[in-house]
Amino acid sequence: MSAGIIPPDEQVRTRLSPLGYPSNLLGPRVTYADVNESISSIVLRDRAPAQWWIGFAVAFCLLMIFFLAVSWLLIRGLGIWGVNIPVAWGFAIVNFVWWIGIGHAGTFISAILLLMFQHWRTSINRLAEAMTLFAVACAGLMPLLHLGRPWVFFWLLPYPDTMGMWPQFRSPLVWDIFAVGTYFTVSILFWFLGLVPDLATIRDRARKVWQKKFYGFLALGWRNSADHWQRHQTAYLLLAGLATPLVLSVHSVVSLDFAVAQLPGWHSTIFPPYFVAGAIYSGFAMVLNIVIPVRKIYHLENLITERYLNNMANVMFATGLMVSYGYFIEAFMSWYSGDIFEQYMMTYRVFGPYGWIFWVLMLCNVLVPQTLWSRRIRCNPFTLFIVAFLVNVGMWIERFVIVVTSLHRDFIPSSWGSYAPTLWDWATLFGSVGLFLMLLFLFIRLLPMISISESRELVAEPAKANAL
Amino acid sequence: MAQIFSPRSNVQAKVIIVATILLVCAGGWLTSAVWWSPYTTYVNVPFDQPVPFSHQQHVAGLGIDCRYCHTSVETSSFAGMPATETCMTCHSQLWTEAPLLAPVRASLTTNTSLKWTRVYDLPDFAYFDHGIHVTKGVGCSTCHGRVDQMPITWKTQTLYMKWCLECHRAPEKYLRPQNEIYNMVWHPGKDQTALGRQLIAQDHIDTSGRLTNCSTCHR
Repeated sequence: MSAGIIPPDEQVRTRLSPLGYPSNLLGPRVTYADVNESISSIVLRDRAPAQWWIGFAVAFCLLMIFFLAVSWLLIRGLGIWGVNIPVAWGFAIVNFVWWIGIGHAGTFISAILLLMFQHWRTSINRLAEAMTLFAVACAGLMPLLHLGRPWVFFWLLPYPDTMGMWPQFRSPLVWDIFAVGTYFTVSILFWFLGLVPDLATIRDRARKVWQKKFYGFLALGWRNSADHWQRHQTAYLLLAGLATPLVLSVHSVVSLDFAVAQLPGWHSTIFPPYFVAGAIYSGFAMVLNIVIPVRKIYHLENLITERYLNNMANVMFATGLMVSYGYFIEAFMSWYSGDIFEQYMMTYRVFGPYGWIFWVLMLCNVLVPQTLWSRRIRCNPFTLFIVAFLVNVGMWIERFVIVVTSLHRDFIPSSWGSYAPTLWDWATLFGSVGLFLMLLFLFIRLLPMISISESRELVAEPAKANAL
Repeated sequence: MAQIFSPRSNVQAKVIIVATILLVCAGGWLTSAVWWSPYTTYVNVPFDQPVPFSHQQHVAGLGIDCRYCHTSVETSSFAGMPATETCMTCHSQLWTEAPLLAPVRASLTTNTSLKWTRVYDLPDFAYFDHGIHVTKGVGCSTCHGRVDQMPITWKTQTLYMKWCLECHRAPEKYLRPQNEIYNMVWHPGKDQTALGRQLIAQDHIDTSGRLTNCSTCHR
């Protein structure tokens, strides 16, 4: 019997912990065959479900908008965006920080939770890692588009050039190149290494020749031998160890893009930890936004149980409280510093022309997550989806507030200005969402989105699956 | 179940991996090689000119000083190209019927300049002044090579920024005394570093970093 067709009234027998939280990581009576079938059939079935096609079509349209926006940018230059002096950093940088932050949850789930023996990463780590890769791809494009002459982006890399110059190593923008480059490399290796045993499963279950060849090629000749597993697990742990510091370092470096500057609103020592917490916050929100619909459409409630949702909601809530603390400390320090420009920046951020955006931020990132105190909201996929979505919106707004409100009021009134995004700014933002979704839909269709081998491990060891 | 791949696949996979690495390295090497080759830099490539003027004959053969034709080299950013009348100081008397010199005579009769093809063409975003270089001890041959051996003129340097910076970062390696500036055969001796340092002090060349500021050349 496939896990997908267990009647709903049997699926919902959720085991509860003494504190009343759902505690099982697998649905009742899930067997090896259920795991293999329910995950690999998503890839191997002939027709994708209608919801997949609808989502794919929307993503495709958005992607075309992205191509249009980027082409026009390359033809006409940065003038098509709303950026100018004094607000020289607009949507591109906001989007960059937002996307790269979203990626962090994937690495947090796959590396840190692995090293901490948290088995509730099993069913979500693959999707979260894929999300990381695609988010980092979107993020990496943004500063390149913002360069003005994107076709010479390689000037940012240290290579023996004809100018006899190195990049400015004292600039955080160069640190970004290395941080994001390392992050992408480690993430893609980690993701692929985890995929290898599953690709072999798909290869063995495939019936069409092209599928056998395609997945067989990617599976690198995996034969499931003890030798293979021993080396695989060693390499996997090593990569997890390498990825773990990146969860903290990458967004710290991104925060230094701001913190190294002298500008009130940016020049703050709290930025690195505050950015890292924000990154994990928005990342978990994005994982929830992806996992909840996917779980519903593909009937994966037996593999992605309520415990996953509850735990993810908990992490999102905890990091959300840290971020709220960050907002409080930012405001407090600007008052406590006694510095007139810091105080002025804060006043204008809250009550100035962009003040209403600040209050939307407070609503999305501080007030709405307070509903997560309630277990009913955390364990209800629908309400959790809404909260996570608002957190994602809020985290984008947070970066907008940091970038724009800090820049639009400088030290002297003669250099004050304002910023309004143009149509092309919006097209780039939503277009990048299209790129992200496009990659995600292709991933869901072509690769196993839940780790088959790790899920089988949970079947084999019920103690792990039900541990609190 | 039938095998999907033949036993040769293992070898093929290894070959693909090694070949990919080699291709990436070869691509990098090739790009660099093309960028530094005369194909891109035009170094040592003779340029077509309206008149096949030979520096070899005029400088080595006849001993004409550089400044006889390039009159403003000591005072201006532009070294100066000779007016047709300068050519005619001699060629109104010598080789007056030579077919090679027909464009020069035509230039004089019609009162239009000869259109020489520029050999050393710096991009417009780089500020360059011949005067300061010549008066601070940079000789002609340091940048233009042994012009006295060129039957037709070619570039001897890439004009890449790296080349500019080689001297701006360490001018003592290239400077020469004032009386050697127009000497085509001068080249640095064993005591060049000591000589260079002495010239730097004597000519008040600011080596504190001003020579490598962006805005020194990109104004």
